[in-house]
Amino acid sequence: MSAVLKPKSKLIVCDGNEAAAWAVAAARVEMVAVYPITPQSSLVEYLAKFVADGRLAAELVDAEGEHSVLSVLQGACLAGARTYTASCGPGVAFMFEPYVRTPGLRLPIVMGIVTRDLLTPQSVWGGQQDAMSVREAGWIQVYCESVQEVLDTTIMAYKIAEHRDVMLPVNVCHDGNYLSFGAARVELPDQAEVDAFLGEKDVNWHVALDPRRPMAVDPLTGGAVGSGPATFVRYRKGECSAMQNALSVITEVHEEWGRRFGRTHAPLVERYRMQDADYALVTIGSMTGAAKDAVDAARERGEKVGLLKVKTYRPFPVQAVAAALAQVKAAGVVDRSVSFGWNCGPLFQDVIGALYHAPRRVAAMSFIGGLAGADITTGHFDEAIRRVAELAQGAAAGGTVWLNEKD
Amino acid sequence: MYEIRIHGRGGQGAVMAGGMLASALVLEGKYVVAVPSFGFERRGAPVASYLRLDDREIRQMTNIYHPDCILCIDPTVARAVDVFDGVRDNAVLVQTTARPLEELKFPGRIATVGLCDGVAIALELFGRPITNTIMLGAFARTTGLVTLESLRTAIMESEFRDAGLEQNLAALERGFNATRVHRIECREAAA
Repeated sequence: MSAVLKPKSKLIVCDGNEAAAWAVAAARVEMVAVYPITPQSSLVEYLAKFVADGRLAAELVDAEGEHSVLSVLQGACLAGARTYTASCGPGVAFMFEPYVRTPGLRLPIVMGIVTRDLLTPQSVWGGQQDAMSVREAGWIQVYCESVQEVLDTTIMAYKIAEHRDVMLPVNVCHDGNYLSFGAARVELPDQAEVDAFLGEKDVNWHVALDPRRPMAVDPLTGGAVGSGPATFVRYRKGECSAMQNALSVITEVHEEWGRRFGRTHAPLVERYRMQDADYALVTIGSMTGAAKDAVDAARERGEKVGLLKVKTYRPFPVQAVAAALAQVKAAGVVDRSVSFGWNCGPLFQDVIGALYHAPRRVAAMSFIGGLAGADITTGHFDEAIRRVAELAQGAAAGGTVWLNEKD
Repeated sequence: MYEIRIHGRGGQGAVMAGGMLASALVLEGKYVVAVPSFGFERRGAPVASYLRLDDREIRQMTNIYHPDCILCIDPTVARAVDVFDGVRDNAVLVQTTARPLEELKFPGRIATVGLCDGVAIALELFGRPITNTIMLGAFARTTGLVTLESLRTAIMESEFRDAGLEQNLAALERGFNATRVHRIECREAAA
């Protein structure tokens, strides 16, 4: 094992896909399985290059499809390897069967979702519909705002996934196009420091393909007789408890990252200018940067607006969201995907669910933007801020606002 | 914050130019964000890439709609797209062209024009009209926002699939030296 990062941290310019590949090398991943798909393809190319250059001492399997990709990783993880893949859109759809098995097997696999809108209409561009469509499959999901956050979070994901109180797979989501191909100044962390941060891998102590520890992996469980019902409940409850444990583990891991590397990222939610805010935007992913700039501009005009960024989406940080929004009169939630069943954004649904725990009612409205590669600019956020200000002053919420409807 | 929009055609390296310029600016201590436009890029089709630079961290990961500078590395792409769309007042145009200033059309909001016959230089150096590194030289000469030295380092750290490093370093130099910079006097009425 000889990943050869430069001994000291170094500034580079790279996009989100390359940043994820640097993180995989820094985490000394041993098994990578991939199937290239837009806009994830260049991430796969960087991984292949890093393996070829000896920067990443991993076996790379170019499988015949995403179903096989994740099946390969399940086998590798059961055999004790640290594993990685990335996919998006139709690739995630094709992966669904092994995808839903992974959390139940409690395998700490890390998988990037380079988010892409789902078909149909035919589209190859960014949008979070793919990741949102698998939000209830039992994976931890975190969404990144910047290229640096992609790199740092992909490394942190191993520490979260392999934590014995968690043992769940993690999706590190970064927006297709704007983060996958958007490049920025990024600091590569020092390899020795990453090694110390991650410690020894810990992936198959509980379930293994290991001749020295023969065991039945995933035997038939459940039914209505004997110990079946109670055993199945124990598995499911265990997964749900592990998800809740992840809230504190994610927080601890982010705090340790900040201490070691001097860069802090909010673990669950980030409160931005919320101190004295009358109303707030709620954002997720790469849209957040433009939203913060729009909030700053509105503050200069005297508007008392704040912003809440959701980084950890699964498990949903119910208490953190409720506590942050309990102090405002109104919230506007901006999604980059839709909930077909509710005619709003999925994050909006989660936020109003969390607000049930707030001591008083907070008015809320749903904005949807950035579908299929569309841009969400400061201009769109100016409009959203104006609508939420009206809501805070008592206007009716009305229906979902589609930000790119007239672009 | 300073915003640059690069226009070119698929195959000329407009996106790669954005990356190399971003790297050069970071070498000079700047913060940058470079976002390429996207579609089904193919050789010859109009492409654009966007670059922001600032002395502090840049948060917006979006396209650019109101550029301070237009770097156009293809002589005819302006026939296919409006390269001046949304351009700010007192903006800079860096254009590859064989024609003199008098024969060019551009709006009154453009205050500085840098002209370089990048295609002629490219045909001489590469035998193909790949103008990106030449026009980075033209950009440096016109705007003074980045040094040749930093661009040289950025090019040396880039990977060229089908053209040599030495040729591209020469191209940068040639582009810089061949560029003529024109300050445009008050042309409000002509806008």
